[in-house]
Amino acid sequence: MNYHWNWSIFWELSPDGTHTYFATLMLGTAWTLITSACAFTIALVFGSIVGVLRTTPYSWAMRLGSLYVDVFRNVPLLVQMFLWYFVLPELLPQALGDWLKQLSDASFYTAVVALGLYMSARIAEQIRAGILSLPRGQRLASLALGMTLPQAYAYVLLPMTYRILLPPLTSELLNTIKNSAVALTIGLMELTARARAMQEFSFQVFEAFTAATIIYIVINMLVTFAMRMVERRLTIPGYLGFKAPAVGH
Amino acid sequence: MSAMIDIAGLSKWYGATQVLKDCSAAIATAEVVVVCGPSGSGKSTLLKCVNGLEPFQQGRISVDGVSVGDPKTNLPRLRARIGMVFQHFELFPHLSVRRNLTLPQIKVLRRSADEANAKALRLLERVGLSAYADKFPGELSGGQQQRVAIARSLAMDPIAMLFDEPTSALDPEMIQEVLDVMVGLARDGMTMIVVTHEMGFARKVAHRVVFMDKGEIVENAPTADFFENPGSERARLFLSKILQH
Ligand SMILES: Nc1ncnc2c1ncn2[C@@H]1O[C@H](COP(=O)(O)OP(=O)(O)OP(=O)(O)O)[C@@H](O)[C@H]1O
Ligand SMILES: [Mg+2]
Repeated sequence: MNYHWNWSIFWELSPDGTHTYFATLMLGTAWTLITSACAFTIALVFGSIVGVLRTTPYSWAMRLGSLYVDVFRNVPLLVQMFLWYFVLPELLPQALGDWLKQLSDASFYTAVVALGLYMSARIAEQIRAGILSLPRGQRLASLALGMTLPQAYAYVLLPMTYRILLPPLTSELLNTIKNSAVALTIGLMELTARARAMQEFSFQVFEAFTAATIIYIVINMLVTFAMRMVERRLTIPGYLGFKAPAVGH
Repeated sequence: MSAMIDIAGLSKWYGATQVLKDCSAAIATAEVVVVCGPSGSGKSTLLKCVNGLEPFQQGRISVDGVSVGDPKTNLPRLRARIGMVFQHFELFPHLSVRRNLTLPQIKVLRRSADEANAKALRLLERVGLSAYADKFPGELSGGQQQRVAIARSLAMDPIAMLFDEPTSALDPEMIQEVLDVMVGLARDGMTMIVVTHEMGFARKVAHRVVFMDKGEIVENAPTADFFENPGSERARLFLSKILQH
């Protein structure tokens, strides 16, 4: 293989005429981070709502919740991106559709919504499992004290669920960051898209993707570290998990 | 005088299986009733029907004149007035002992933080745990946790208390400290239904003993009568088994 290595390529001007390649990669990193952060926020909010719905005593809520999860989890993320980006504007009333298409940063908004909802289905499953792993008595005790069902969730069930779920939620956050690369297919100039652009114009494919890989790894490490700190802060003194519920109750 | 808790013709099914069969009992204000019976006889279910944690299909229950089964009844408001103590304590592990006592007062009764806190400290004092206000449940022994759970219920100023085997998950050396708190409550005139197999406690403070078997109330007698002269063969058998231990 006679590949011409050129690590100084990062400091050369990119075709946009103002940024070095390094600067374009940093811009891409910023888009990756902001897209992931917004999408994960949506995922957490919707995932929590749907996860909670699936653990209520109401059968309509359980059915609605599982329909939601089935739809958003089983359709590939790429297809969902295309549906939101290309198909949705055509289905809307003309004026609204045109407005959507002309929106600047439309690919960003679309990526946030598509990725957020896709991840929310996965998080809903985690939340549901987390809530169901709490002893039934916690719900009963909350209700017996006169709390309404929403109060029981807000003050008792969810605070414990989030603590238990911190490790799996950390990996869902990492998944969100990785999956944000799919947004390049609808034109979002995030990190992977920038690396590909760099490779196309400079032909330095190894340098471009080595840089992208390293940046993803660094983000990953920082996120993992930050979540560890959160975990440490939320540690409950003396808490060793719930005792296994006794049989016959 | 009308009963504080009035259970009349109560029947309940889980799917096709009937777990409560035409149960009736009346508990007067300041009366202490111990409920006992073999495992699976429906004791816990009966308690959960009283504060509406479990729905029932037939009969009626009223607490302080409020009908539990009536769809128009505000169940959270009714439950806030009925204390309940569980076998596994069910303290909220992420909240300090103090927060366990103040949170329901603040969120359910809308008390001010100061008022709730003062009340919490008074009740922790009463169960002998003032020094533990800022510990977490996981840092307490089982007996201490159960005393906190009782204090948490009392903080809501209940008109009646339901206990579901409050000492059966405890190590033997911790049972007495919990029973002592309950005896104190009984002596202070709290209306109590206590599911327990602690027959010493029953003899000491119960006005009446209810014996259940297979979803039925087989016996409902003054304490002395129940122990000296149980009316049914089933109760006699149960007593002879349990008193051997
Ligand atoms: N959620 C439920 N679904 C179906 N059946 C139930 C449920 N809860 C209880 N049961 C059944 O109802 C019957 C009465 O149960 P319950 O818990 O009231 O008995 P118990 O007298 O409290 O027993 P124990 O001494 O073991 O606590 C049992 O046969 C039990 O299997
Ligand atoms: Mg029971």
